[in-house]
Amino acid sequence: MLSLFILIPFFILILINLFFSKAVKKLTFWIAAVLFLFQALIVIFKPIEFWSGKLPSIEKLFPFSLYIDNLALVMLLSIGIIAFISLIVGQNTINDGTKRFNFINVLVLANIGMNGIVLVKDIFSLYVFLEITAVSSFILISLNRDMEALEGAFKYLILSSVATVMMLTSIALLVMYVGDTSYETIGTFFKNQQFIPFFILVAVSAFVGGLFIKGGLFPFHGWLPDAYSSAPSSVSVFLAGIVTKITGIYTLMRLIISVFGFSPTLQNLLLIVGALSILFGAFSALGQKDFKRMLAYSSISQMGYIIISLGTGTPLGIAGAVFHFFNHAIFKSQLFINSAALEEQTGTRNMDELGGLQSKMPVTSATSLIAFLSTAGIPPLAGFWSKLIIIIALWNSNHKIYALIAILAGVITLAYFLSMNHRVFFGILLEKLENIKEAKPGILFPAVLLTIITILVGLFFPFILNTFILPVQSILG
Amino acid sequence: MTLFDMNTFFKLSFVFIPLLFIIGFYCIIITHNLIRVLVGLELIIKAVTLLLVVVGYTTNHTVLMQSYIITLIIIEVVVIAVAAGIVVNVAKQTGSLDTRNLRTLKG
Amino acid sequence: MKTYFILLLLMAICSLWAVMRGSLIRAAIALAATSAVLSIIMFKLVSPLAAVFELSVCAGLITVIFMSTISLAQPLTYSEMIERSKARIKRFWFLPLILVIFAFLLTLLAANLNPPLIAPETEKNISKVLWDIRQLDVFGQILILFTGIFGVIVFFGNFDKQGGTK
Repeated sequence: MLSLFILIPFFILILINLFFSKAVKKLTFWIAAVLFLFQALIVIFKPIEFWSGKLPSIEKLFPFSLYIDNLALVMLLSIGIIAFISLIVGQNTINDGTKRFNFINVLVLANIGMNGIVLVKDIFSLYVFLEITAVSSFILISLNRDMEALEGAFKYLILSSVATVMMLTSIALLVMYVGDTSYETIGTFFKNQQFIPFFILVAVSAFVGGLFIKGGLFPFHGWLPDAYSSAPSSVSVFLAGIVTKITGIYTLMRLIISVFGFSPTLQNLLLIVGALSILFGAFSALGQKDFKRMLAYSSISQMGYIIISLGTGTPLGIAGAVFHFFNHAIFKSQLFINSAALEEQTGTRNMDELGGLQSKMPVTSATSLIAFLSTAGIPPLAGFWSKLIIIIALWNSNHKIYALIAILAGVITLAYFLSMNHRVFFGILLEKLENIKEAKPGILFPAVLLTIITILVGLFFPFILNTFILPVQSILG
Repeated sequence: MTLFDMNTFFKLSFVFIPLLFIIGFYCIIITHNLIRVLVGLELIIKAVTLLLVVVGYTTNHTVLMQSYIITLIIIEVVVIAVAAGIVVNVAKQTGSLDTRNLRTLKG
Repeated sequence: MKTYFILLLLMAICSLWAVMRGSLIRAAIALAATSAVLSIIMFKLVSPLAAVFELSVCAGLITVIFMSTISLAQPLTYSEMIERSKARIKRFWFLPLILVIFAFLLTLLAANLNPPLIAPETEKNISKVLWDIRQLDVFGQILILFTGIFGVIVFFGNFDKQGGTK
């Protein structure tokens, strides 16, 4: 059953490219849209038991060893939603037909890669799918082949390749002691190990370090603002919304929970890196002029929250991390859509050249207001609840200083978003912006959709908590 | 089946593989040339391939390791090809391969 | 044992050559030589199939990619190159020094190091391992080749019509 998440997009991809006629080329968008939407919807309505079932005919041809749990289910949902949104934005911002066709194809490939990352249960297969996702994102970033984007893609390529080499080193060292690369075998090895040999220590730190690079966390964040801000807007949505988080943060969660296990040293490392990322991202975002760069630094800060929450090692902390992961995917994609709308209409991302756009672009203004209130953690929006869970988890597990840092950073988040909103949407309308119109409905639709999700998740929080978030805790068991 | 004295073999590899990594990393960090950054990347991938082979030989998992290495080589080619695509596009637009031209975006 | 030591030394020298050499084409050739030495090591360490791949793909295909990149990118003229290489050698002469220091340190560390226990080989047949146990990886190879094709289309497709926006 699970192999369908990889096989269906793959066969659709082959079909699209085999029947290379004009009619199919026009239909590509709709085929991909149905594919992504289908993934998002079917994950909501079918429980894990359904997915764990077997399909003998397919299983015989493609005996992939895959595995699903509640955590993976939330990830598949986020991938489906964000890929769908990014596809719509791409359809409305990329004008060249061939370019759009390539964009959709590579998007589907990245989707397969991420589904693979979420479902595999073997470190080497994980590496393979990480590379598929990474290579697709290099291509997506440099889709327009302009200088900035090529530079961002090249930086990302080098750092990401260094990260994968670190992971491979770690895989080799693990095989030396364990003899296998499946999560289960390595997990049992770590559980039974009293004294950890030197090489295993090197292996774990290399792997975790590689994932920090992939996730763009504090000391290794160098590529992230460049890649995010230089990519075409639809790709920024995709990268910031889901790719970095799946390749870096989800993988880290999965490996620590099911393979390495929580050790005090590892927990301290996560807490420190998380806290530094929160503070560094928030303070850097304060000083940015470029709308997208500010969002990128804000992403670093929000990913710090996820890591710090994971660092508690308690079931509540992990539930909070997963919930914040989902919320951040939703509202950060939405802010990137808003930045796309601004850039399309005004031709600039520099916030100093904007001002008073509220009357001209009411929908963009309103949706971005809601998204940033959610980011800053204002009740009753979705972001408030996830931050609340994270802070409670930190407080309960006796990391009170980190809880205070999380609260303090919330205030800074509010500060930079207020300043952003003040500069862009409120205030006096600049003269040269007199003729600005609201963005195309094709860009407004995904923004409104994500805003509705943010508000609904906030309002129906008790229901969401019981059906999606608390079951995640069971993976610790 | 042991061709060598395993202990010395292991120690020799332990000394040489990190040296290969250092050469590659030094190249990536110090150079000003885009293509040479890729050469450095290739070198660290070579080092990790050697590590995989050595581990396969010492632990008697050569078959499993060979399947890993084949996958790794395929992926390596695709990554290098994409990187080469980026480099060629950069060179066409700026007429140079100097990484110092790439500092329009700041860290 | 001596052969292995010589091969490792040769590989280190080749990669050092790839880094220190001024000319890019020579560097690419040195890289190919590194791959070739690596594939000999693979043969010696009973990994013949991987060795064949290494030799044909890394020493062959990747060198071709590097060569075409160098010729497409049209780097500096010869006289410019001579000038550059004088400047760059200043930045690179630290490398051998660093290597000697690290070699010394690692040799000291290696003295009290024991290899892990040798496990019995579970599966002898490489095609069985690739197609039955590691099938997902093989599928991943197909996917990444697909991605690579799109990469080539995006990076090299109709170059003149839409270069850059700048």
